[in-house]
Amino acid sequence: MREVAAEFANPVMLYSVGKDSAVMLHLAMKAFYPSKPPFPLMHVNTTWKFQEMIKFRDDTVKRLGLNFIEYINQDGIKRGINPFDSGSSLHTQVMKTEALKQALDKYGFDAAFGGARRDEEKSRAKERIFSFRTASHAWDPKNQRPELWRVYNTRIAKGESIRVFPLSNWTELDIWQYILAENIPIVPLYFAKKRPVVERAGTLIMKDDDRMKLLPGEKVEEKLVRFRTLGCYPLTGAIESEADTLEGIVTEMFTARTSERQGRLIDSDEKASMEKKKKEGYF
Amino acid sequence: MNAPTDLQKFLAAQEKKSLLRFLTCGSVDDGKSTLIGRLLYDTKLLFEDTLASLEKDSKKFGTTGEDIDFALLVDGLEAEREQGITIDVAYRFFATDKRKFIVADTPGHEQYTRNMATGASNSDLAVILIDARKGVLTQTRRHAYIASLLGIRHIVLAVNKIDLVDYSQAVFDKIVSDFHVFSARLNFVSQVAIPLSARFGINVIEKSKETPWYTGPALLSHLEVVDVDTALADKPFRLPVQWVNRPDLDFRGFSGTIAGGRIKPGEVVAVAKSGKTSKVTRIVTMDGDLPEAVAGDAVTLTLADEVDISRGDVLADPQARPILSDQFAAHLLWMADEELLPGRQYLLKLGTATVPAQVSALKHKVDVNSLDHHAAATLALNEVGYVNFALTQALAFDAYRDNRDTGGFILIDRFTNATVGAGMIDFSLMRATNVHWQALDVDKAARARLKGQKPVVLWFTGLSGSGKSTIANLVEKALAAEGKHTYLLDGDNVRHGLNKDLGFTDADRVENIRRVGEAAKLFVDAGLIVLTAFISPFRSERRMARELVGESEFLEVFVDTPIEVCMQRDPKGLYEKAKAGKIRNFTGIDSPYEEPERAEMIVKTVAATPEAHAQAIVKHLRDKGYLG
Repeated sequence: MREVAAEFANPVMLYSVGKDSAVMLHLAMKAFYPSKPPFPLMHVNTTWKFQEMIKFRDDTVKRLGLNFIEYINQDGIKRGINPFDSGSSLHTQVMKTEALKQALDKYGFDAAFGGARRDEEKSRAKERIFSFRTASHAWDPKNQRPELWRVYNTRIAKGESIRVFPLSNWTELDIWQYILAENIPIVPLYFAKKRPVVERAGTLIMKDDDRMKLLPGEKVEEKLVRFRTLGCYPLTGAIESEADTLEGIVTEMFTARTSERQGRLIDSDEKASMEKKKKEGYF
Repeated sequence: MNAPTDLQKFLAAQEKKSLLRFLTCGSVDDGKSTLIGRLLYDTKLLFEDTLASLEKDSKKFGTTGEDIDFALLVDGLEAEREQGITIDVAYRFFATDKRKFIVADTPGHEQYTRNMATGASNSDLAVILIDARKGVLTQTRRHAYIASLLGIRHIVLAVNKIDLVDYSQAVFDKIVSDFHVFSARLNFVSQVAIPLSARFGINVIEKSKETPWYTGPALLSHLEVVDVDTALADKPFRLPVQWVNRPDLDFRGFSGTIAGGRIKPGEVVAVAKSGKTSKVTRIVTMDGDLPEAVAGDAVTLTLADEVDISRGDVLADPQARPILSDQFAAHLLWMADEELLPGRQYLLKLGTATVPAQVSALKHKVDVNSLDHHAAATLALNEVGYVNFALTQALAFDAYRDNRDTGGFILIDRFTNATVGAGMIDFSLMRATNVHWQALDVDKAARARLKGQKPVVLWFTGLSGSGKSTIANLVEKALAAEGKHTYLLDGDNVRHGLNKDLGFTDADRVENIRRVGEAAKLFVDAGLIVLTAFISPFRSERRMARELVGESEFLEVFVDTPIEVCMQRDPKGLYEKAKAGKIRNFTGIDSPYEEPERAEMIVKTVAATPEAHAQAIVKHLRDKGYLG
C-alpha cells in the first residue's frame, strides 16, 4: 500500500463495506499511522446494498475521519436498471462494472486498491497483486507483468491504471482470524440474527426493503441467518446460522463445507462468468 | 462442540504453524495441476459446492473418464481449460495440522518460463515434476536451473505417473540418477526424490503399498517437516525506505518492510547512500511502540537526528553496511519478446529505488541444458545471461545469495513500461566497495562562482549540414567575448580522438553519445558552459545525456533544417556519397533521425541568419540566469 501511495499520483481505495474491505481499510490505517491514508475511500453504490451496510459505511467514515467518495451510475438509475427485472448480469454490468469505470475516469485515479483474494475464485488465483489495466480498463490475463520478490513494476502510461490487491494471499479464514485478533468492526449482517427472508431458487434472500416483490407462492419468514459475503441484497444469499459472535463465526468457519461465493448469485450466472466480467473491467 | 475452548486451541495451533511457500513446475501434462488438486482434495480443503461443480466440470472437460479430474480445480482461465494447459501462475492455499502452505502452480510451456521465475522468486522449495514415462527433459533442466538461480535451495523431484510404468524401481532410479548428474552443478541443499501418482494419490499423502521398494517419506509428510529456514532475522539489518511518514511538522518517520536482521530503539543505523548515522528512537505502530522488530515486519522508525532520507534509501547496520556502487555483475533472466540491447537505457528497480541503468557488458549467456557458457551479443526471451550493469547513480545493495530483497531487481522498458528482465546481483564491480562518496569542499557551485556563470550543456542536435557546428561556434565566440568560460565538443573533432574507435552502427552511435555525455558532465562539474554539436539522432540517447548531466543543466537546441536544404548545402559532400551508397547508416538517408519532442530551443535556419540565431541563444542564456 505504501508502495502505491509513494509511486502513484492519484490512488483510491475501493471500499465495498464488506469484511475484506474492513480488513483492507484497517491495514491502511496501520500502514500510514500516525498519518491518515493519503488517498480517498470510494464506494461504488448500486443503490441495492443492504441498509445496514450504508449505515455502517457512514459511521466508519465518520469514526476514522476519512476522505470519502460515493459513486452511483445515474445513467443506470435513469434506465431503471434493477436486479429483479434486469437480471443479475445486466444489473452488475451497469451498476458495478460500468459505474466503476465511470468513477475512475471521472476522478482520474491511476491506482485503485481492491479487497479481492486469490482463494475466492479460480480466475482470481491467477491475478497479480499489481494488476495492469489498459486505458479502457480491460485486463489481459495472457499479458500480465511478472511479479518477482516484493518488487512491483508501477510504471504506467497516461490513461492507464493499476488495480492493486493487497489481500491477494489471504484466505477467508485468515480474514476472520485477523478480524478477531485485531477486533475490527464489521457490518452486523455478518452476525446471526432473526431476519425476514424469502426462499427463492434455493437461496435465502433477505427482504431488506419494499422494492422486493414477492412471487406467487413465496412468503417472508423470520429465520436466524447471517451472511458470509455482502453485496446487493437481492443477489446475496443468507445462510442459516447461530453464530452471533466473531468466535462463533470462526468456529463455524473451520467446520464449513461450502465456499463463500456460493451465496453470490452472479458467479453461477454464466460459465466462467467472473473471468468474463474481469476482462470487461469488473473488479 | 465446546466452542470457546476448541476455538482457543484452534487459534493457538494456527499461530504456531509455520508457512511453507513452494512452487510446482514441470513440463506440459506432467500432472502439476492434478497434483495440487489432489493435495487440496485430500487435505479436505474443498468445499461441497466446489466439489459439486468439479464433478460437473469433470464430465464436460475432463480427461480422466469417470473419475474426478483434479486439474480442473486449479486451471482457472477459460482458454487454458479448453487447451488443457496452465497459462499463468496460480496461487493456492492449504493447511495441515502442522503447516500452512502457499503453492504457486507454474506453467510448463517454454514461453511462460518467466512466470515460473516469478513463482520461484517467492518460494523456498520447488517440486519438480517428471513424467515417469518421459524421464528428464529440457524443461526439467531449465526449471531446476531457474529454481537454483532464483535462490531456491530445497527441491523435491516428483516422479509422477509411476502407475503407468508399473511402479518400476528401475525406471525411478534411472530418472533420479539422470537428474543428479545435472543438479550436481546447481546449488541445492536438499533434494528428495519421490515416486508418485497424483491421479491415484500414490505417495502423495500417505505411503503406498504399490511402491514397497521406496523407503522415503510421502510428499506431504516431507513438505510438513522440511526445514527451509533462511534465517533472514540473523542477517545484517536492512530497511529499504518505502515512504517518509510526515503527518505534521513534529513527526518524521521512515516506513518500510525490514528486509534483513532486527532492530531495537537505541540502536544505531546508517543511511547507506550518505553514510550518515543516527539512533533509532521509536518503532511506531498503530497498536503502540514496539520494543523490537525483525525481518518481514512492516514498521515505521523515527530517528534521533535530522538526517536527509528519502524513498529509495536503505537504513542499515553501520557495522555491516550494504555495498554502495553504480556498477555490478549480475545474472539476468530476459522476459520480453524484444531482445536485450546492451547500451540501451532501462529502468532498474531494486527494493524501493528506481534508477536508469544499462548493460555495459554481456559476458556470456548460459545454456540451461548443459549449463555451458556461450558468447552472446544479446539475450532473447527466456535466456539467462551474466552481465555487467552500469547505473546512472550508486545504489545500496547486497549480493542476491545474501539477501533476496536487497539483491534482486527488475528491469523495466522505458517506452512500453513492461517488465523485461529479472536480475540477481552477484558482486560489485567497484574495487573500492568500502569507499563512501567524499563530499569535496570545492564543488561545482564554487567553481562556477569563480567564473561568474552557471554551468550548463547546450546540446545541439540536427541533421548533418543543418548548421549545428556553425551556430554553436558563433555562440561560443559571443560568450567568450563576454568573458564566459566555455568548451565546444564537436562531433567530427571528438571522433578524431576520444571516439576514434567507434563507427556508425546504431550501437556505436549510442556509445558515441554516452561518452560525449560523460565528457560534458565533467566539464559542467568544472563549472563550464559546454556546447555540443552532434547529430545525436536517437531520442533515447539524448535523454540518456540529459539524465547524465541533470535536467536543470541541460538545454536541448534543435537545429531544424529540412533535409532538402541540408542536401543542397552538403558542406562536406557526404549526402552525395551516401546517395551513391558509398557511406552506410547515414542519418536521413538510410538511418533515421528522431526529432526532439521537447527541445528547450528550436532554431529554424531557413528563417534567419546564423548570427541572429546565435544572438537569440545567448539572450536565452542571459534571461535564464546562466551568465551571472
